[in-house]
Amino acid sequence: MNSDVKIRCRNLWKLFGPQPEAFLQEHGGHPTSEALDEGGYIGAVRDVSFDVHDGEILVIMGLSGSGKSTLIRCISRLNDPTAGQMDFDGKDLLNATDAELIEIRRHKMGMVFQNFGLLPNRDVLSNVLFPLEMQGMARDEREAKAREMIELVGLTGREADFPAQLSGGQQQRVGIARSLAVDPDVWFLDEPFSALDPLIRAEMQDEFIRLQKVLKKTIVFITHDFEEAIKLADRIGIMKDGQMVQLDTPENIVLNPVNDYVAEFARNAPLDRIVTVGAIMLPEKGAESSQSIDASDLIGDVARQVLSSEVPFAVAHGGKIVGSVGREQMLDGLYGPEGQ
Amino acid sequence: MTHPLQSTEPVARPWAAPHLKLAQIPLLWQFAVIIAAGIALSALWGGALRWPDIWVIPLASWITTFFEWLGNDAGIGGYEFRDLTRFLADLLKQPLRWAEYVLYRGVRPLDLPPVPWVAIVIGVGILGHWAGGRKLAFFAAGGLLYLAVFGLWRDSMRTLAIVVVAVPFAVVIGLWLGIWAEKSRRAASVVSPMFDLMQATPHMAYLVPVVILFGFGQVPALIATVVFAMPPMARCVMLALQTVPSAITEAGKMSGCTPRQLLWKVQIPAGKRILMLGVNQVVMQTLAMAVIASLVGATGLGQKLLTSLQQLKLGAAVEQGLGIVMIAVVLDRITQAWANRPTDYAARGRSWAYRHRHALSFGAVLVVSVLLAGIFKEVSVLPKGMTVTFGTQLDDAVRWFAKETYGVIQPVRDFITVNMLIPLRNFFLAVPWPIVVAMVGAAGLRLAGRGTAMLCMGLVLAIVLFGFWEPAVLTVYLVLSAVIICICIGVPIGIWAFRSPRVARPIMAICDTLQTFPSFIYLIPVIMLLKVGDLANIVAILAYATVPAIRYTYLGLKRIPDVTIEAAITNGATPMQRLLKVELPVALPEIMLGINQTIMMALSMVAITALIGSRDLGQEIYRALPTADTGRGILAGLAIAAIGIVADRLIQGWANTRKKQLGVK
Ligand SMILES: Nc1ncnc2c1ncn2[C@@H]1O[C@H](COP(=O)(O)OP(=O)(O)OP(=O)(O)O)[C@@H](O)[C@H]1O
Ligand SMILES: [Mg+2]
Repeated sequence: MNSDVKIRCRNLWKLFGPQPEAFLQEHGGHPTSEALDEGGYIGAVRDVSFDVHDGEILVIMGLSGSGKSTLIRCISRLNDPTAGQMDFDGKDLLNATDAELIEIRRHKMGMVFQNFGLLPNRDVLSNVLFPLEMQGMARDEREAKAREMIELVGLTGREADFPAQLSGGQQQRVGIARSLAVDPDVWFLDEPFSALDPLIRAEMQDEFIRLQKVLKKTIVFITHDFEEAIKLADRIGIMKDGQMVQLDTPENIVLNPVNDYVAEFARNAPLDRIVTVGAIMLPEKGAESSQSIDASDLIGDVARQVLSSEVPFAVAHGGKIVGSVGREQMLDGLYGPEGQ
Repeated sequence: MTHPLQSTEPVARPWAAPHLKLAQIPLLWQFAVIIAAGIALSALWGGALRWPDIWVIPLASWITTFFEWLGNDAGIGGYEFRDLTRFLADLLKQPLRWAEYVLYRGVRPLDLPPVPWVAIVIGVGILGHWAGGRKLAFFAAGGLLYLAVFGLWRDSMRTLAIVVVAVPFAVVIGLWLGIWAEKSRRAASVVSPMFDLMQATPHMAYLVPVVILFGFGQVPALIATVVFAMPPMARCVMLALQTVPSAITEAGKMSGCTPRQLLWKVQIPAGKRILMLGVNQVVMQTLAMAVIASLVGATGLGQKLLTSLQQLKLGAAVEQGLGIVMIAVVLDRITQAWANRPTDYAARGRSWAYRHRHALSFGAVLVVSVLLAGIFKEVSVLPKGMTVTFGTQLDDAVRWFAKETYGVIQPVRDFITVNMLIPLRNFFLAVPWPIVVAMVGAAGLRLAGRGTAMLCMGLVLAIVLFGFWEPAVLTVYLVLSAVIICICIGVPIGIWAFRSPRVARPIMAICDTLQTFPSFIYLIPVIMLLKVGDLANIVAILAYATVPAIRYTYLGLKRIPDVTIEAAITNGATPMQRLLKVELPVALPEIMLGINQTIMMALSMVAITALIGSRDLGQEIYRALPTADTGRGILAGLAIAAIGIVADRLIQGWANTRKKQLGVK
């Protein structure tokens, strides 16, 4: 087993309907879409296998109803998967007892909800310390820890406010602080910013990136917004009708989409912020220029240089020249190949 | 990008074609056939009109015998069932006795005086201030002051003692039942229909078995009260738990809550508002029951009112009735305000004394009043000389009024009775029961499916088999007449309120207030004006049951989407056309639910009208009380519940189908 795999899912299924287990067995563990329709079942998650690596940000995307929430709700065991395997830190998560599950949730998992899920009867401070209270941590200790989290998300001074007195963005900060209070290994965020208006959303995304720089958690992040995905993701998984269609780096998703569905997601992607020089260069080394750029540079960062130069640039990788990039390649890279 | 939606269009069923299905015959035709067949049947067989007495299943007397056995001989191994009931009664007697000590008797064993009435009046005012602010404070204190000034204090406190003790019991038991039912599907499937039945059974029917097991007096009243007030609480608990947003529950789970922590720290606090409405319901039901329990010898305001009514001392009855109304309204306002009390943000960070200012000021009032009571007796108990009563004057006034108006009312009453009610009653009595069974079945099948049809037919049939057909028919006749008039009054008022927002506020406020009155109260004006008879019964029911017809009409109309009305206006509809062609049809399902409520309330009032003489099921219950004919009382109560359930299922079935067609939820 790979040591840096945090969560491992294999052939995960989640069906909604009258008798999902029996139905799945009847169809040999692999019903078709037609069979699901006919039986009146919803295949929210269908045969999904993937790993989440330690310390990465995995972003999951897909149309509404494609099963994103259900997938992370299966991993966090808010929903019980119908079939499949799931390991967390190498331990079987599916057959964990209730007590083990509570233990895992108390120490290893944190979750942020789209509509915040704050407890309306508790003020900010006691919302944030709630998970610690559940663990039975001593009062002083949990208050200190909660204040620390509140400071981290920039809500100092609002400890005594109630959720109803806060704006959406502030409420979500409380949700984030609460989910971080137990110092989880894995952090699930289900469309955490989509209930917020665009300005606040951008601010929260920056905030999130700043937090992650400090915290370095393993993150599974759901979003509808491709720009948000690119801003945050190490890898992006795209779901359709319960299946994981493609799971790859942002660059590969943009440059080598497996089908039209994925391509459609990436259509309006800001290529200059995703594509690297290495992906557009010509492999031959016939560059006359003495200037060189690195293969891992984003093309947006070097576009001006390349376009204003008469001669192609040499592309270096690991100290060696591996190819060249001229105006033509750069234009193709920025705007897509001609004739498309 | 288009995303192929899986279509789930039903495939045409081939087997529907060959023979005509029942569902394709219009309901009216079915009815016509049923009626024809029924008339033919009754011509051949007299049993279709009147179920032969010898064929009546004597369930009533079996139940009576069972309860007699339970009350006298039942027991296991040396322990008699009687001991259990006695133990229970003793258990409940203690808190009740203490409540009475504190409220009006004085603590006898310790030789302490009761809490001075002044302190209670101001204390309730303070409670009102805590729950709802200054206005409520004055209102609540004023209401209690009325009780003291009109010399109703002791009796009010007797009644209040039952409420104060019964409420915590009912709340706690209801809470546990609700939680249990919410946790286990199986429990819910048992408990839920039981609650339906319990809530449809009139108050009085609860008293019958309680009398046999526990005798007469305060404690049986308390027990009946707790049992009666529990289902609404459990209902509210279930609703509260169901309506907690799933995000909150899940946030709790992800915070690592154990199931117990999840329930008590997350779900119950989050559902607090609905839970508090449950408490409000419990309080109101408790009061209503405490008043009616005077029939089994509970003392207090209810008993005084009963006596006054029986002796036709209407002036006193009005004063006592107003006293009960005062208690009801004050309790209702305070518990409602408590349920809706916003979190006191301002109190955060203030001093301890500020945060506990209500408790502290009550403490101060208590100390001062007790000290004063040592010097001035009037502070402790208001002496009779200082109370006022307009009983005799009111009596004279009422008598004068009744005499003056009787000349007008009597001919009207007699005319309505002779020319309308009696023929209607005779018609009802002449309907053969098989027709009713079949029609109820046909309607149930069409409106709500096979299960409902079977249930409704079964219930009607049971009424026949157990020998309650005639009183049941008389009940339906009274209720139906009353409900039709309720609709004629309530729906137009609802429309009026909808059309003119200026009158909507006062009308809704009056409705709210009227709904808090215990049903007993409505007998007072009826006896005053109409004496006794069918019309008196109908008017009493009318007075009690019109409110939901008004309220649901108003709400149903208000809920119509603006675009619908605007579309009607731009299409050139006159206000009248708009009302008849658009607004009423769209609001009809909601209005029907209001009528459903009206029927339920009318049925529960039927039992009360037994006090002014009737021949219906209510009378059966009423007569069972002193004669200890438990089976008859219980079955009559259940028969009322059965009528209610049949009406409810049919109307709900209709409303649901209709709502689906209209696409409103
Ligand atoms: N508790 C449930 N019972 C029945 N069906 C469900 C349930 N939860 C989800 N589904 C169905 O499963 C499918 C996937 O739902 P899911 O919420 O995972 O989608 P999603 O990708 O998160 O969508 P969104 O972007 O709208 O949040 C949907 O068709 C949904 O209707
Ligand atoms: Mg979702």
